Amino acid sequence: MSTILEEIKKRILVLDGAMGTMIQRHKLEEEDFRSGWFEDHASPLKGNNDLLSLTRPEIIKDIHRKYFAAGADIVETNTFSGTWIAQADYSLENAVHDINYYSAKIAKEVAQEFSEMEPEKPRFVAGSIGPTNRTASLSPDVNDPGFRAITFDQLVEAYSEQVNALIKGGVDCLLVETVFDTLNAKAALFAIDQVFQKLQVTVPIMVSGTITDASGRTLSGQTTKAFLISLEHMPLLSIGLNCALGAKELRPYLQTLNKNSSFNVSAHPNAGLPNEMGEYDQSPAMMAHQIKEFLDEGLLNIIGGCCGTTPEHITEIAKLVTEYEPRKVGTVA
Amino acid sequence: MSLHKDYEGDYSYKWHDLPFLKLSGLEPLVITPESNFINVGERTNVTGSRKFLRLIKEGHLEEALSVARDQVEGGAQVIDINMDEGLLDGVQSMTKFLHLIASEPDISRVPIMIDSSKWEIIEAGLKCVQGKSIVNSISLKEGEDVFVNHARKIKAFGAATIVMAFDEKGQADNYERRIEICKRSYEVLVEKVGFPAQDIIFDPNIFPVATGMEEHNNNALDFFRATRWIRENLPGAHVSGGVSNVSFSFRGNNLVREAMHSAFLYHAIKEGMDMGIVNPAMLEVYDNIPKNLLEHVEDVLLNRKPDATERLLELAETVKGDGKKREVNLEWRKGEVAERLAHALVKGISDYVEEDVEECRHLFERPIQVIEGPLMDGMNVVGDLFGAGKMFLPQVVKSARVMKKAVAYLLPFIEEGKEGELAAAGKILLATVKGDVHDIGKNIVGVVLGCNNYEIIDLGVMVSANEILKKAVEEQVDAIGLSGLITPSLDEMVHVAKEMERSNFKIPLLIGGATTSRVHTAVKIEEKYTGSTVHVLDASRSVTVVQNLLGSNKESYIENLHNEYEKVRVNYAKKKDQKSYLSYTDAVANKKQISWNKEQLCTPGFTGITSLPSYSLSELREYIDWTPFFQTWELHGRFPKILEDAVVGVEATKLFADANAMLDLIIKENWITANAVIGIWPANTIGPDEIEIYQDNSRTELLANTHHLRQQLKKAPGIPNLSLADFIAPKETGLKDYIGGFVVTAGGGIEKHVKRFEADHDDYSSIMLKALADRFAEAFAERLHQKVRTEIWGYESNEALSNADLIKEAYRGIRPAPGYPACPDHTEKITLFELLDAEKHTGVKLTESLAMYPAASVSGWYFAHPEAKYFGLGKIQMDQVEDIASRKGLELEEMSTWLSTNLTD
Repeated sequence: MSTILEEIKKRILVLDGAMGTMIQRHKLEEEDFRSGWFEDHASPLKGNNDLLSLTRPEIIKDIHRKYFAAGADIVETNTFSGTWIAQADYSLENAVHDINYYSAKIAKEVAQEFSEMEPEKPRFVAGSIGPTNRTASLSPDVNDPGFRAITFDQLVEAYSEQVNALIKGGVDCLLVETVFDTLNAKAALFAIDQVFQKLQVTVPIMVSGTITDASGRTLSGQTTKAFLISLEHMPLLSIGLNCALGAKELRPYLQTLNKNSSFNVSAHPNAGLPNEMGEYDQSPAMMAHQIKEFLDEGLLNIIGGCCGTTPEHITEIAKLVTEYEPRKVGTVA
Repeated sequence: MSLHKDYEGDYSYKWHDLPFLKLSGLEPLVITPESNFINVGERTNVTGSRKFLRLIKEGHLEEALSVARDQVEGGAQVIDINMDEGLLDGVQSMTKFLHLIASEPDISRVPIMIDSSKWEIIEAGLKCVQGKSIVNSISLKEGEDVFVNHARKIKAFGAATIVMAFDEKGQADNYERRIEICKRSYEVLVEKVGFPAQDIIFDPNIFPVATGMEEHNNNALDFFRATRWIRENLPGAHVSGGVSNVSFSFRGNNLVREAMHSAFLYHAIKEGMDMGIVNPAMLEVYDNIPKNLLEHVEDVLLNRKPDATERLLELAETVKGDGKKREVNLEWRKGEVAERLAHALVKGISDYVEEDVEECRHLFERPIQVIEGPLMDGMNVVGDLFGAGKMFLPQVVKSARVMKKAVAYLLPFIEEGKEGELAAAGKILLATVKGDVHDIGKNIVGVVLGCNNYEIIDLGVMVSANEILKKAVEEQVDAIGLSGLITPSLDEMVHVAKEMERSNFKIPLLIGGATTSRVHTAVKIEEKYTGSTVHVLDASRSVTVVQNLLGSNKESYIENLHNEYEKVRVNYAKKKDQKSYLSYTDAVANKKQISWNKEQLCTPGFTGITSLPSYSLSELREYIDWTPFFQTWELHGRFPKILEDAVVGVEATKLFADANAMLDLIIKENWITANAVIGIWPANTIGPDEIEIYQDNSRTELLANTHHLRQQLKKAPGIPNLSLADFIAPKETGLKDYIGGFVVTAGGGIEKHVKRFEADHDDYSSIMLKALADRFAEAFAERLHQKVRTEIWGYESNEALSNADLIKEAYRGIRPAPGYPACPDHTEKITLFELLDAEKHTGVKLTESLAMYPAASVSGWYFAHPEAKYFGLGKIQMDQVEDIASRKGLELEEMSTWLSTNLTD
């Protein structure tokens, strides 16, 4: 079977859409988050979506299936909060290995189903590595700017545990995503490097940052170009942007990446900006229309969706990309 | 024309197929062939900026941040941050400051240069920066393995690095060595580590030229040629350096120095240097350098003429540079006698003072009028200039010497005429308290106050409270100043204050000396005494303080002082509450866990004691750490940089010359003797904090038990609560470990010479001698420690360190001194002295406060384990005091008194 490194040279790859939006459709209750695994856990677990890979694996597999069926080449594991730092909110630091290992395993099973059905279009699994809920570059206390709620070493430790389990679970690549603090991402890359050396394997790494608002900077204050420079020391499969903004708002920053990146460029925008009710309501057709502009400019190698996007959005996007050549990747100065 | 024999024409960048060096803070900095020279800001460096060091040490982080901000606003494209200072916790200071910078977008927009000679500090820095920074620096100095290991980590952290042209054999000092080391470094980095070539920045060492030594003539040219070679032959690598070094020989002559910097940069940049540390204030525009000067400077830089150095030196004498006044100009001798006296006082020239005073005496009716008139006028000028920061302490002390000589000359005439007392501004009693022998600071205060027309009653050292009070009454003094250096002196000062209260004293009490502080004075002393108490930070503040205390507005000054100290107390109480402490049992449970194995222990070449009487002073001279010497004279800055400091450089250079002249005499005429005794004994830790010292390796006969203290401040997870006992193998491991101890002194025979200078009214020389003896003692301790490491104990037989490295303590093992931060219990010194029979071997005695006499003495323990390091005990709790008191068989109260500065109240 062809690898992701080979496929990305041939065509624009499509990433899946939102996981959370799809889980919401199931109207799950507390019991769904406990079943068979955490029956006696002392505190409430509802909302800890990563646990569903263990407690309701069929729901998660079904979501992966829907995205592959919609035309996605890559699905993300259900592990956005799969570090002890994020799981500490639920006192489930001990569940981290299982969450990552089984999430990778079930996603890989679904990918193999599809690869066998359509060998000319192999499907891949990206291990999703979220930013955690703490920042290494910023103080949560405005009165004490020197304070940090998390250290680099703690992040490295947490990410190492996650990455180790994802790789053992069989992911094809890793996706360090929704990076709002570049130092957190550097810790993730540092951890990945360590795990690679320990396990004597490498898998391709994707990184995707988040531009918080119209200032064009990450939450930790970096411009897109500075963000790129700060993470270029690791050989990456791709660098890109996701979340926070819709496709329209993302465009100037993707142009910066296109111009400066020697890696593939990715984007998985939200379905527009949230409306008054906090919902994402951009229709698949509208989103596809905006993404078409990226493609006309030749900005991208990987495209998918973040918050509010559904298999319907991905269907539109997957249809669209077949008409375009991927962005040319060469050495940039 | 090319400067490089192998190359024609100008250098031009030829690695267009390679990526550029890209750095980032919040914003990107991409260095392209078209970029101008990248200027690195250097003011946020504690080793280079006295101001920054002070701000960091005193915790004025807001202001420290503004130093960083000013640099960025002033155009620095990268800022260098260095926290290498013995008294700072480098890892913690670097982390904290980088955290704060991260919250200041107008600073953190530029990339950071993480500067340290300690890898752990560099690593701590790398963990704090989200951008791509530069490490400053790594080299092959400690061999290829360490180099590769560090480079791999830097790469994993995503940083660029400066590589010094330094290898196992030493620093590259000629063209061939520079290219040899840079080539090897480059190949290791690129081929073995896979380090991106464009992220390598070489520092091929800028050394001084025109030093008068022939082997230095090519220093600049070799740098230029090496730069060109690196840029032509090591694809993508960059070149950087610290420019001001090159003009070191011309410190004091800024005109020449600025010309040298500009011409150096002009050529270096042409040969491919593209980054560096340059002080923009010390740079002339190349085109504005006078043609003649430029030609002479370039002759030197490019080594174009055999006599280039002599010619530039000659020319330098004729061009006016700031602060250049080396020639003996006797023009001033032509003025009026009063003007001549004023000149002599301000310039500190004592050669003509007697003849001038004699001449002056005949102009006045009474001899005392010479003092009240021209001499006091001259001293007022000195006082004003000192107050305004335009004169520095060594100059003032020299002025005082002139004044004292003049007064001494006049005294017989005054007494002959029975004219009575001179009207002084006030009478101040000074004393070093009971149990303490350190008096350099006190003597300086005396001189400075004396210069300002205060009469000084100096009771000397080891003065009891009774004597102080008795003398104060007898002499009807206006204020009392207490001085002390060792920690027990703090309690003695509290005692004096209580005694003054009991005897109904009302006069002000001044507190000064190295261990004293405003906080201690406010919290522990001021409330004990209803008269006013004030802490005096250094000699230069003493005049203002005394003037305020005795002046017409004293009520409001004293009230302000009370309020200020009240605030200090409130803050102290607040701060205290924030810290939490472990019980002694919990602290013990969190001891440092060393995985003991035989390989880390080294059997010493000998055990027992050995004495080294009359050690060679000329050998010790090479080991002197000069920085504290300048601190004694209140000139702040690091040696040797201080010699070229923009503010104090000229005075520091003069002081240094005077010191060296005296050193020559001390050595030639054997003014002082340096004695030492050292011991190494079999030892094991028993219990948590006790070290047993044995007679011999059968380890059956106990020589002594020593007791150590353990940190109790609650630490972050994973950080141990240290005790020196952690660094010796516990008995139950069955391993044969050892401990060492030493006492050195360089004070033998010093009294005779001090008295000789005092008789000659020469405070300058007497203070100088004491300060130098202190330096000899420290140098002796350093040298001895080196001998212990490499020969006597021999656990580091391959060590090859320069004096600078020794000062930075870049070696294995420590030598903590009883009474100092790691082991503040002075009473352990008694055990140490007994073990070494130290008084017999060295002549050093212990006073009742356990200070060593003569003052120029150092003692300590030797710990050899690779993980042994210095730490500060910090505050401890009563549970530990009770424990150690019972172990040592001392009353709890007595133990508490000895440890009072380490107790939380």
